[in-house]
Amino acid sequence: MADGSLTSPGGIATGDRPEARPVRFRGGGFNPTSPRWVGAAVFVVLIAFLEWGTRAGVISNLTMPRPSDVFATLVDLARSGMLWTHLVPSLTRLAVGSALGTLAGIFVGVMIGLFSVARAGLVPLVAALFPIPKIALLPLFVIWFGIDEASKYALIAFGTFTPTVVATYGAVDTVDRTLIRMGQSFGLKWHTIVLRIVLPGAMPGILSGLRVSLAIAIILLVAAEMLGAEYGIGAYILQAGSLYDLERLFAGVAILSLLGVLVSAAIGRIEARLLRWRG
Amino acid sequence: MDLRLNSISHRYDDLEVLRDISLDIPAGRIVCIVGPSGCGKSTLLRFIGGLEKPTRGEVLQIGEAPADSLNPLTYVFQDFALLPWRTVEGNISLVLNDHGVRGREAEEIIADVLARTKLSEFRTAWPRQLSGGMKQRVAIARALAVNPAALLMDEPLSALDSQTRELLMDDLVGLWTRAPFTAVYVTHNLSEAVRLGHRIVVLSRRPGEIREIVEIDSPLAGRDLAEPELDARQKHLWALMRAEAEAADKELAHG
Ligand SMILES: Nc1ncnc2c1ncn2[C@@H]1O[C@H](COP(=O)(O)OP(=O)(O)OP(=O)(O)O)[C@@H](O)[C@H]1O
Ligand SMILES: [Mg+2]
Repeated sequence: MADGSLTSPGGIATGDRPEARPVRFRGGGFNPTSPRWVGAAVFVVLIAFLEWGTRAGVISNLTMPRPSDVFATLVDLARSGMLWTHLVPSLTRLAVGSALGTLAGIFVGVMIGLFSVARAGLVPLVAALFPIPKIALLPLFVIWFGIDEASKYALIAFGTFTPTVVATYGAVDTVDRTLIRMGQSFGLKWHTIVLRIVLPGAMPGILSGLRVSLAIAIILLVAAEMLGAEYGIGAYILQAGSLYDLERLFAGVAILSLLGVLVSAAIGRIEARLLRWRG
Repeated sequence: MDLRLNSISHRYDDLEVLRDISLDIPAGRIVCIVGPSGCGKSTLLRFIGGLEKPTRGEVLQIGEAPADSLNPLTYVFQDFALLPWRTVEGNISLVLNDHGVRGREAEEIIADVLARTKLSEFRTAWPRQLSGGMKQRVAIARALAVNPAALLMDEPLSALDSQTRELLMDDLVGLWTRAPFTAVYVTHNLSEAVRLGHRIVVLSRRPGEIREIVEIDSPLAGRDLAEPELDARQKHLWALMRAEAEAADKELAHG
């Protein structure tokens, strides 16, 4: 028995050898990775299907524009220079509004995570603000900040603020307290503990909150531009929609989707960089 | 710098944890604290390092800490408490930078403590890439980097397997022999206490009181647990602990 060999089926003294078979594998899974081409393939298949359907007449031209026509519209848009005329104001609004909203949100979220007074005072307030459809407040923002850019910045900032606050203070709450005790026991300064221990520990949660708030920012951007803007993707889509010009409508929608994919990819890059330590 | 605990008592709400603990921790010696689970050892250690305040009594620091000591009372935690988002070197530089040690000076200290804990090759590794024993050596290196006047260790080896524990104990003895440091060492493990302690404090079950203080004078470097004298000490400690642990168990059973 003590020879430790595992190859001989030991133990029970039966006359003939018991049947040997590999142990059934039951590990694996629960660890999704994303091979690059799968995402692209989904788009390609979907678009190819629409192209085929509209050409073959299975899908009526009135219900769906032909993808190749939409693409041609996009090319025209780019050639005429109108693409930039619409894209630049939209991107500026998105960048300024969401930068203001997420930075303020991270700040307030960290305060709620650190101070009892902030927690007691602000958590109910945030809970009250969160469910308000921000777009309903656009007229109010127009009164406060004027009809120009400022009211659009404010709307996007406000829309990204609340989800960022909630994600941030949730993330701060999950930071390992023993690490904070460690910081204190080494006599680290308060701001070092916050900047070097609390914030990095909360970063995974903050970044996944950022994904949600930036998607919300794109939705609000379009809504704000539909309600009052001369140029911008939202304005472009609204014009196309009111003329029932499906090609242009879908060209606008395609730009938005692309924007969504790019933003998500950008956050993916930031995560890969900031969360390198997770391996 | 010596430390003195002056009749420390503590209660958490209506749970009395410690009762009238008075103890001297002389410079350059290792004081081990043993006692049954839940008797307040970790709590006592938090008082000594100033992370928490006792209900009654006080912890006194007698004499000044050496001027070059960046953080006189420094902990080594049971679960290492390394920042997973900083490399080995980054974990050490964090505590140095915050005390105003940067650049070349910091580099030299890091190289020195990593060499002393045999970690020089792992300078740029992430904590997740290290084994438990190596993580604890990083934590010890970090503690040594701030040049503590007293090291406060709460079961530093209990998250490790027994072979690693033996090796790290040898490392600690080696470190102490080359440059004696003051330490308070909390442990469950009597052989650790007998190997490392100059003075072993046995606490009773909760509320923790001092049952007995055992002094061991033989030099750390030469201690061998097979020696009859040390063996007798360990047996004696075990008899004390056993009675306390059994009594604590019965109390739990009766609620
Ligand atoms: N912050 C706290 N609030 C309330 N009770 C606490 C707190 N910290 C510890 N206790 C209680 O005080 C008692 C002593 O705890 P402590 O952690 O000091 O024991 P210990 O001797 O270190 O135990 P172990 O050997 O298991 O580590 C325990 O009963 C514990 O439940
Ligand atoms: Mg403990």
